[in-house]
Amino acid sequence: MTAPLNISRRTFIKATALVVGGLVIAFNIPNAKRFLLPGATAEKAGADASKLPAPNAFLRIGTDNTITVMLAHSEMGQSIWTTLPMLIAEELDADWSKIKVEHAKAAPEYVHTAYGIQITGGSSTTWSEFDRYRQAGALTRALLVAAAAEELGVAVETLQTENGFVISGDKKISYGELAETAAKLETPKAVTLKQPKDWKIIGKATKRLDGPEKINGTAIFGQDIHFEGLKTAMVARSPVFGGTVKSFDASAAKQIKGVQNVVQVPSGVAVIADGYWAAKQGRDALKVEWDLGANAGLDSQKMLEEYRSMAAKEGLPAAKAGDAQSAISKATKVIEAEYVLPYLAHSPMEPLNCAVKITDDGCEIWTGTQMQGTDQLSAAKILGLKPEQVKINTVFLGGGFGRRANPAADFVSEAVHVAKAAGVPVKTVWSREDDVKGGYYRPMFLHKAKIGLGADGLPVAWQHVEVGQSIMLGTPFEAFQIKDGVDATSVEGVADSPYIKAIADHHVSLHTVKSSIPVLWWRSVGHSHSAFAMESLIDELAHAAGKDSLEYRRTLLKDHPRHLAALNLAAEKANWGKALPKGVFRGIAVHESFGSYVAQVAEVSVNKGAVKVHRVVCAIDCGLSVNPDSLVAQMESSVSYGLGAALQSEITFKDGMVQQSNFNDYKVMRMADMPKVEVHIVPSTEKMGGVGEPAVPPIAPAVTNAIFAATGKRIRSLPIGDQLA
Amino acid sequence: MITLNINGKEETLDAPEDMPILWALRDIVHLTGTKFGCGMAQCGACTVHLDGQPIRSCVTPVAAAVGKKITTIEDIQNDKVGKAVQEAWGEVDVVQCGYCQSGQIMAATALLTTNKNPTDADIDAAMSGNICRCGTYPRIRAAIHEAASKLA
Repeated sequence: MTAPLNISRRTFIKATALVVGGLVIAFNIPNAKRFLLPGATAEKAGADASKLPAPNAFLRIGTDNTITVMLAHSEMGQSIWTTLPMLIAEELDADWSKIKVEHAKAAPEYVHTAYGIQITGGSSTTWSEFDRYRQAGALTRALLVAAAAEELGVAVETLQTENGFVISGDKKISYGELAETAAKLETPKAVTLKQPKDWKIIGKATKRLDGPEKINGTAIFGQDIHFEGLKTAMVARSPVFGGTVKSFDASAAKQIKGVQNVVQVPSGVAVIADGYWAAKQGRDALKVEWDLGANAGLDSQKMLEEYRSMAAKEGLPAAKAGDAQSAISKATKVIEAEYVLPYLAHSPMEPLNCAVKITDDGCEIWTGTQMQGTDQLSAAKILGLKPEQVKINTVFLGGGFGRRANPAADFVSEAVHVAKAAGVPVKTVWSREDDVKGGYYRPMFLHKAKIGLGADGLPVAWQHVEVGQSIMLGTPFEAFQIKDGVDATSVEGVADSPYIKAIADHHVSLHTVKSSIPVLWWRSVGHSHSAFAMESLIDELAHAAGKDSLEYRRTLLKDHPRHLAALNLAAEKANWGKALPKGVFRGIAVHESFGSYVAQVAEVSVNKGAVKVHRVVCAIDCGLSVNPDSLVAQMESSVSYGLGAALQSEITFKDGMVQQSNFNDYKVMRMADMPKVEVHIVPSTEKMGGVGEPAVPPIAPAVTNAIFAATGKRIRSLPIGDQLA
Repeated sequence: MITLNINGKEETLDAPEDMPILWALRDIVHLTGTKFGCGMAQCGACTVHLDGQPIRSCVTPVAAAVGKKITTIEDIQNDKVGKAVQEAWGEVDVVQCGYCQSGQIMAATALLTTNKNPTDADIDAAMSGNICRCGTYPRIRAAIHEAASKLA
């Protein structure tokens, strides 16, 4: 954070803007560990970027003083459209009102500094770009100052910068006026980053730059893409995962006015039409005979029974120390419990869609995606093109939550297949039913724990078995995430739990279920189920020990200052231990994920079986908060997302088919159920963590622990639904 | 052919009578501020005003709008209440992904047009048909109160 900082010529490249005029700062490949996905070429990644055209830049300063920041990540609500420009503007001393923002295209220059592919996920954008974007700002400032020194014939040291100007005594020159001169200068070898005490923008609550266009309806999402000749497609997919088309009859579909064509693609049968309404009517009229395949008997109740019988035995070890079984046999008290969480759909507000135009020398794609890297490779493979021949235009994402980052590139690949088969530019649109039934769910998980307590009520032994599908198996990430048969994302939050690791005798194991149900990371990934199991179990132990659940956690986490800081702040702000209105009860939970520590206290009442969450007090230690207001927004958002799922959401199967279809039966959070959310930030200079996901995991156990306090009933499976009725 | 009054302009469209207003707006007139979210009046993303009343355009056929006035997000700034709502949305910094916000703003404008000082319970009743997966609900509530105080 304190410079001077050496700038590698391989990291930053200054390029002359061929298109817009002015100064363009491009980045070369970041110096980070990376795993190139199959099909990505290392040579391309290391290519000389000095000839990059303007669109490859990270930052452009126009002669009109506009500063255009290119985002290597996708804006899906988390506000990086504002946070990343804040980093550049800070070091550049830019005029904030002159900042414009664009999504970068898919290109090796924009790969994630830690993950090595172009992806937005893992609550990682801000920490992973904190240095790169600040360096871009500092480098650009240095060039502009050097340009001013040359024009004015003065020494660089005599110059200052402020609000978009270089200042020399009583003279000031705007960045735009200096841009072309700066573009001709040598890139400096080192720049000095500001000391945190000198920050004017970082750490200040800053309004969203994408606010106005999202308020007046002009923001463009994938659904809104339109150009001459673009048709709309809807695909009829098998009602059972893994099913295939036996035959189809398109004659009735083709009678629908506006239906242009019906083509078969690997995922089903596509109806291509003038607009959504004709495409939908066409698809409704389509007759498809399916070979439902091996999964026609899929049944959630049977699956749960299978999971239970698997959990009776140990799985592959994920964490172990000592001899848990023997220690349990000697324990003063033994607690056994099973926790079950359902499949969940992400259901972003904007149903999936992807527009594809195949040209003579390539392919152009418009979509809201979190994972340009795999989308580009998948499209290229389908069309027999090189990745760089596939241009991806990222537009605003109407929510992502992980669904739009798919290693299988499902909705992009399908759209490419449809456009290829149809021979015309096509926008493939999913209905809400397609989204709910279309898979890539948070997998169902079962946790079974057997815990021994000592005479002091503290745990002395912990056995924990998990059963569930792996989200990494069969993806390009498998080699990095699955070790000795254990998917790290299946057991995160348990195998690395500070509670379990502190116990001399523990054993955590995993049974990975093989299934054709497509599964994927869902906001907070493995923590979305592990925190519910862990923080409920800790509450059970506290109760068994006759201890206050806050005090019990404080004792167990005494060597974990960041957990404690969040826990204590939430408890203090929630007046833990003080009286509440009659009928209202508190529950607490704390969990670390994505490098951030979040504690929540939920205030809950239960009236005739109906659960009402009145208020959630949330405290987070995420290290530095670049934009505290967007952090608060992410806490509110996470409580809504996690609580809605905990209260009502589940995907279930019967006769091979998903039983839910739309928001009438796949229920999510609505206004009337939304509690007040109060957010407190732990002042912290610790390592930066993420904020998009870490407040999701604790909300379910905070609420169910409050339900236990209110009713004495322990909720051990989600959703809560009508379990209290 | 069917003639609709959209944001004060008469538009003659080649649309079947049963086509939902949503698709006439989005696919024919290319007013894309009104969003598709569920197709069955469950989420409110498609909310527009028909003669000032909030309707779910994804299930309301164009035939039902003949002789009436359709107002969409693109024109709501010309309504005094709509403008105040949009300004409050900006002041509170409500939006996240933004996809549901056109519908939220149209629903909030309709609420404040008939109820100048809504309580939290009024807001729950009027706004619970509009889903926001980003969970901007607390800010929507705050922005409605803010707009109400500005309009008072």
